[in-house]
Amino acid sequence: MTRILGISGSLRRDSHNTTLLRAAAEAAGPDIELELYDGLKEIPPYDEDDDVHPRPASVAGLASAIADADAVLFATPEYNASIPGQLKNAIDWVSRPVATNVLRNKPVAVVGASTGAFGAVWAQAELRKVLAALGARVVDLELPVPHAHTRIDEGGLTDDEIRAGLADAVEALASEARQRERVKVVA
Amino acid sequence: MSTATLTIAPAGTWSLDPVHSRVDFEVSYLAGTFKGEFHEVGAELTVDGERASLEGTAKVASVDVKDENLSAHLQSPDFFDAERHPELRFATEDIRLHGDGKVSVNGELTIRGVTKPVQVTGTVTPPIVDYMGNDRIGLNLTTSVDRTEFGVDWNQPIPSGDPALANDVTILAELQFVKPGGETS
Repeated sequence: MTRILGISGSLRRDSHNTTLLRAAAEAAGPDIELELYDGLKEIPPYDEDDDVHPRPASVAGLASAIADADAVLFATPEYNASIPGQLKNAIDWVSRPVATNVLRNKPVAVVGASTGAFGAVWAQAELRKVLAALGARVVDLELPVPHAHTRIDEGGLTDDEIRAGLADAVEALASEARQRERVKVVA
Repeated sequence: MSTATLTIAPAGTWSLDPVHSRVDFEVSYLAGTFKGEFHEVGAELTVDGERASLEGTAKVASVDVKDENLSAHLQSPDFFDAERHPELRFATEDIRLHGDGKVSVNGELTIRGVTKPVQVTGTVTPPIVDYMGNDRIGLNLTTSVDRTEFGVDWNQPIPSGDPALANDVTILAELQFVKPGGETS
């Protein structure tokens, strides 16, 4: 069983990006478990003065959720052509110390939805850059979901093409995680 | 120029003296040259008549670039991907010693799991006998590779739009080999 943690960059209750992750969980193969992280709103603003042992419980919770997962799937909206501040802030917390952070070598992938025409492509690119810089194994894929309000309703995702893209993204991520497990076993 | 193949060292198996050896790399970065060293290196030189073969490794996890965060970045999938490719490897069975003490080597270099032929040049220090009565030679080798051919293609543009990090990387190996004995003295 491959365990994937889903992190949505949107806090909104009816978030399109959180809905995408739920759809990804449903589209995942039988040997993949995708669990949604729901503590993003509780992460305090990063302050090095607070980055002491023990860390804030919300931060420790996120770090251990990432550490326990075989891979992480991010779904990000785009705020002003970039990553939402709260998501970036959470990554900044768990990226420290950089040399030993929980995302180091962790297979990660990024998808994203926006109500605009481009489907959060810039935020996805920036998030991939940030994740690569702190040492994650970033899967080379992009899944933009433009005009998200036309592809998602109260019942969830209504676009089968996007659903197939999510299934592919989850499988690519799980494949990286399985390969990492093999490397560990050999080593 | 002489192209005669001479014996690089007396026949036998020569072991690396890792304390008195080093493997460094140099690459243009921003306004200068960035240098790093791999601390954990291993190598063995085998001389059999006129044939000499060399195999060497460097542990990616031992890369030292003065900053632990940068070292971690170099080990990450962005650069060497130490988790999947923990070693750099070099192997050759074609070491030619020219009359002037210079050596030329056609070998294969493996970085990030990608093996490419490389041409290496350098010098050899003729055998001496050390304090312990062992034979000892020095071999200094240099090569230049395009890191992107090995899949090490990270970059970041500076404000002018130019890349911050060059593609051509110089690799320098300063190696001392030891062989028990003292027969050459």
